[in-house]
Amino acid sequence: MTDLYNACLSRAQELLKSGEVSRVVGWKKGEFCFDVSPAYFESAEELNEFTYDYFCGANLSKYLVQIAKKEGKSAVFLKPCDTYSFNELVKEHRVPREKIHVIAVECRGKADIKKAESVAGEGVLGINETDDVNLLEIKTRSGKTQTERRNILLTKCLSCKGKKHVAADEKIILKEPIETGSDRFAGVEKLEAMTAEQRFAFWKSELSRCIRCNACRNVCPACTCVKCVFDNPESGVAAKANDTSFEEQLFHVIRAFHVAGRCTDCGECTRVCPQGIPLHLLNRKFIKDIDTKYGEFQAGEEAEGKTPLTSFKEDDGQ
Amino acid sequence: MQRIGVFICHCGTNIAATVDVKKVVETVRAEEGVVYAADYPYMCSENGQQMIQSAIKEQNLTGIVIGSCSPRMHEATFKKAAAQAGLNAYMVEVANIREHCSWIHKDIGEATKKAVILVRAAIAKVKLNAPLQQGTSPVTKRALVIGGGIAGIQAALDIAEAGFPVDIVEKNPTIGGRMAQLDKTFPTLDCSACILTPKMVDCAQSDKIEILSYSEVEAVKGFVGNFTVKIRRKARYVDETKCTGCKACMEKCPSKKGLNEFNMGLNTRTAIYIPFAQAIPNVAVIDPAQCIKLKTGKCGICSAVCGAKAVDYTMQDTFIERQYGAIVVATGFKPIALDNFNEYSYATEKDVITSLELERLMNAAGPTGGTLLRPSDGTHPKVITFIQCVGSRDTSGCGKPYCSKICCMYTAKHAMLIREKYPDTEVHVFYIDVRTPGKNYDEFYRRAVESYGVDYIKGMVGKVYGENGKLMVQGENLIDGEQVTIASDLVVLATAIEPEPSVRKIATLLTASIDTNNFLTESHAKLRPVESPTAGVYLAGVCQGPKDIPETVSQASACAAKVIGLLVKNELKTNPCVAGANESMCNGCGQCANVCAYGAITYEEKQFRLGGGKTETRRVASVNPAVCQGCGACTVTCPSGAMDLKGFSTKQIMSEVESVCRA
Amino acid sequence: MQSIENGNALNGAGTQTFVPKIVAFCCNWCSYAGADLAGSSRLAYPASVKIIRVPCSCRVNPTFVLKAFQQGADGVILCGCHPGDCHYVTGNYYTRRRMALLFSFLDYLGIERDRMRVEWVSAAEGARFSQVMNDFVSKVTALGENRKIADIRCKGASGGEDVAGGNNDD
Repeated sequence: MTDLYNACLSRAQELLKSGEVSRVVGWKKGEFCFDVSPAYFESAEELNEFTYDYFCGANLSKYLVQIAKKEGKSAVFLKPCDTYSFNELVKEHRVPREKIHVIAVECRGKADIKKAESVAGEGVLGINETDDVNLLEIKTRSGKTQTERRNILLTKCLSCKGKKHVAADEKIILKEPIETGSDRFAGVEKLEAMTAEQRFAFWKSELSRCIRCNACRNVCPACTCVKCVFDNPESGVAAKANDTSFEEQLFHVIRAFHVAGRCTDCGECTRVCPQGIPLHLLNRKFIKDIDTKYGEFQAGEEAEGKTPLTSFKEDDGQ
Repeated sequence: MQRIGVFICHCGTNIAATVDVKKVVETVRAEEGVVYAADYPYMCSENGQQMIQSAIKEQNLTGIVIGSCSPRMHEATFKKAAAQAGLNAYMVEVANIREHCSWIHKDIGEATKKAVILVRAAIAKVKLNAPLQQGTSPVTKRALVIGGGIAGIQAALDIAEAGFPVDIVEKNPTIGGRMAQLDKTFPTLDCSACILTPKMVDCAQSDKIEILSYSEVEAVKGFVGNFTVKIRRKARYVDETKCTGCKACMEKCPSKKGLNEFNMGLNTRTAIYIPFAQAIPNVAVIDPAQCIKLKTGKCGICSAVCGAKAVDYTMQDTFIERQYGAIVVATGFKPIALDNFNEYSYATEKDVITSLELERLMNAAGPTGGTLLRPSDGTHPKVITFIQCVGSRDTSGCGKPYCSKICCMYTAKHAMLIREKYPDTEVHVFYIDVRTPGKNYDEFYRRAVESYGVDYIKGMVGKVYGENGKLMVQGENLIDGEQVTIASDLVVLATAIEPEPSVRKIATLLTASIDTNNFLTESHAKLRPVESPTAGVYLAGVCQGPKDIPETVSQASACAAKVIGLLVKNELKTNPCVAGANESMCNGCGQCANVCAYGAITYEEKQFRLGGGKTETRRVASVNPAVCQGCGACTVTCPSGAMDLKGFSTKQIMSEVESVCRA
Repeated sequence: MQSIENGNALNGAGTQTFVPKIVAFCCNWCSYAGADLAGSSRLAYPASVKIIRVPCSCRVNPTFVLKAFQQGADGVILCGCHPGDCHYVTGNYYTRRRMALLFSFLDYLGIERDRMRVEWVSAAEGARFSQVMNDFVSKVTALGENRKIADIRCKGASGGEDVAGGNNDD
């Protein structure tokens, strides 16, 4: 177990023991090293299942919408990118800030198991840091493989917003941060450079794979509506009957618009898509347009204020 | 099940010439839900309306569609007719088959086809209409006027004249405002105080007007007809009810070095003071920054000499809260600071003054007793140069882009008054343009040039500098095409005016919008010039845009008329086509309030039953129907679709879209 | 019924000409009145334009635009008061941002940009209303039928280029 894990665990234990918080929201070990899942822990015993490692990619902020309704204060581990989502939720009054204790936790990128398997083969037992910050070691049943960090990071980590936590009540950062992101808008730009026909062909091919499992919506920290329009027959956009329906065809368009100006680009939608659809490229188009048309804006940078779609300048372009 | 009636108007031949009306009737008769369809030469006529009314009654219609001229023309007529026949007025939709169809299309087949589609869309919509009732809200029959200058005074007097109580909140110790500082007024040259002070006295004597001087608006809640306003009454350290205005305190006060604001700082005043002789209320006030007793605890002379025992050094700010039906904003203006205009040497040369300072130097109650003397050495200036547009019409960013509107006229006034009183004085005016629209205004200006021999020089001034006791004004004479330098004794800057800075706070409190120059925005530039977009808030005077006294007074009276029109009502009818949140779907995220221009949306914590005996407290949006204007901005901002607009609901519009596209 | 269906009209020569379906959302206070003025001034524009009245352009939800396209509209146009003249003070400023982003996004999906437009038309601009509609209809006519939105999730389409950046799943 790593120093970082130990630091997180002991802090979680302390917080529970002192009664400062009633529960700790974190990640729980699974059957395999890579199937960790979000969970909350209410006792030291429960914390036996706590983990924090390279597979803790999940953004825990959205779970706070429900968890915060419970009695008492909750502590939550948030990686830098997760804190943006957290601020956005606080801004939208979905999470009462005073009921949450934010433990800002170190992150040097999180791993994508599929990528790790394609590098080192199946039977992955763990991922560890090496003396070289650029290299990670993948431990499998058949041995150890070293690989470039970037090779096995989640897609979202490759366009990391940076290692700054924008919300924190305390920090657990043991090592120097390292940047894992590169040009965030490269994918969008590549599409923009295509002809309309090529773009259409691309999206038709991508979106046709969608099975409407709603995983993207359900994981999205910006999608916290009490009742989603797609589940509401009154909204005029919900119609699950057949695949030529409006909802089927325009689900992703409407969803992207609904989160425009609120999406922090946390990349969870792409991470959880079972069909591997690069959904972040939809949201990121809005982000890029907002930046270029109305000035740079990072949703979740602040826990208050208006979004680009609820504000305007008199001389905005058309 | 809806029972829809459709009525297609021929409008003589206006519609019937290009739309096959009979065919439209026959086609839409087949639409689901339509139980009655008919046509008539003039639907809006008495007979046409009767036809609609009898069909409503005989067919038990639940909704009607009129295919006719634009709803902007006769929707109200048809709604009224329907209501008289017992059908809710909001169960009426109009398909515009004249302006949007018969009048623009020549081909009868094409126009008929389109008319059918438009009528079908209206049918699709009306099926989803719901009966709506106009709401009512009560009206508090009291008005608030913010600002006690001529605008506020006039508005208050007019409202009081109609019998309604009015409070004037004035941040200074006296009402009167800028007009009280003026010497004479254009274009008649009557004495400003002579025409203003009787109005001030009228305010004081009116049993309907309460003057809350030395007070500021702190908070505003509510909406048209029902504002609750919190007012700070600043501590004046003198009991208003006791002070007799005898001025004994002022004679004895040892602290005499305060700059006299009323005289634009050209002389000094005591720490306890009455701003000017005709001040209303005629009550002293202590400047806490200057008073020795308040600063050091030692002194207390004013209290000792006060026969009325009115001085109270322990006085604190107090707050009052009052209800009002309407609010008039009349916060006025101030001359801009001249920090960006070093070229005129205002900060360094004592004899470079602003026009408002000149007003005081020429006024009999001013620091020089009305004799025009230079501030530097108290001598009579022999050469006076006026510089126009100082900071006005300035697109460089140093000043204001707008024309201050009053400067051309008051400069002509000043020039004339000086030439009249001191005929041996040489007067020059540098100007960009002379703008004198207004009754008797151009005549007034021409008199200055033609009868009073004022030297008007078209051109800008580049620099003013002191040299051998003279002020050298270096400018350009565009007409003669030459550079001129005028050795002057006094230079007067026609300084741009800007809204009194406190208006920003007032605007925020009232959710009244403000433009880039801090002028309050009127509801419509031409047709609703004295109404703020916030219902129940009216604008008078320079807070809305530069204007002179006659215009300000007209606007103030217009405001008063609007206020009276509001206050005579016992209750206000509200537009029922307003937004509302479905609380079961509302996230309470706060996005909708961000886009509401009227401040109609607030949030409240509400308990909801979850079933199984459990409850949940959630934050949900609440729309005040008396304030909502029904634009629908909030509906689009709402991600969950909880916010909808009555009369233009999401389902209604979607249904129209589908209907139009389906055909 | 046949003769009044809006679809492909027969021209004189008997060949079919494409007649687009155009949905125009007009705000009640400026553009709808502008359209009325175009009518009372007898300034023609194609009958394929169908106006839907909304209180303010800011009432137009992107889903209305999408719904129109999905239901077979070939072009969608929103008309509102000129910026600064909104009857509701600020409504059209929000419209401007929303639609600029939506249209750019649809363009990004490969829907032709010329099929959607926002125009500011005042109540006095009848001539402009007619001119805008004529221009818009001719642009949309040139693009032909809009099948793309109705088609965007047609299953089993062949693959596009990978631009996901690091996503090697497929």
